[in-house]
Amino acid sequence: MKNNLRHPLKNVKGEGASGDAVNHWWLQRLTALALVPLTLWFVLSIIHQVSQEQSAVMQWVSRPWVTVALVLYLATMYLHAQLGVQVVIEDYISSESRRLITILLCKAILLIATVAAVLSVLRIAL
Amino acid sequence: MATQNRPLSPHLQVYRPQLTSILSILHRATGVVLALSVLLITWWFVALAGEPASYQSVQAFFTSWFGSLLLFGWTFCSFYHLCNGIRHLCWDAGIGFEIPQVYLSGKVVLGISVVLTALVWLICA
Repeated sequence: MKNNLRHPLKNVKGEGASGDAVNHWWLQRLTALALVPLTLWFVLSIIHQVSQEQSAVMQWVSRPWVTVALVLYLATMYLHAQLGVQVVIEDYISSESRRLITILLCKAILLIATVAAVLSVLRIAL
Repeated sequence: MATQNRPLSPHLQVYRPQLTSILSILHRATGVVLALSVLLITWWFVALAGEPASYQSVQAFFTSWFGSLLLFGWTFCSFYHLCNGIRHLCWDAGIGFEIPQVYLSGKVVLGISVVLTALVWLICA
């Protein structure tokens, strides 16, 4: 009911002091929850795989559920990391323009890295 | 700008470090390190999907003493951020706000992180 008092354009632009904060908060918590099992599995796996030969590691990546878990881990990690980095930047950069540019730059770098990693996994597995 | 010349109250210079504040900034620091580690993880996957030469250089790096040190540090960062993250999620649910609980959960988180890091490296590496 209260939502009708807000102009739709304000919602889209994320205006208001907190912008998109509630969504940010929820997504941060949901990705955190998903990352509990995913990270445990990933850390254990990587430490073992890092010393193995390329063919063995590629075979491991191609195992169906490993591929799924890797893609899920990378995507969830991307979402969680860029939200976290955003919060840190918001705390330390006071100039609005410099803050926005830094946040967008970090998100872009993380996105590119994640896309590269996911595509590499898919190239190996498919 | 005027804001750069005004006097500020001392904070880090006077406040005594406590387990709560140290663990809090450690959570932030490990988070930033983990975000940076995404770049290294990406390098590893791209090399893995690439030419043998590229994978060999990445494998050589991560099995070298320096690379292993980085990996070890990354392991601790992952486990600490994970355990303290669960502590944060409990707080979000409203659990564990009493001061004794906060200090106890903090010590548990530190202990488990150290133990997990040691265990994983003994078993998996």
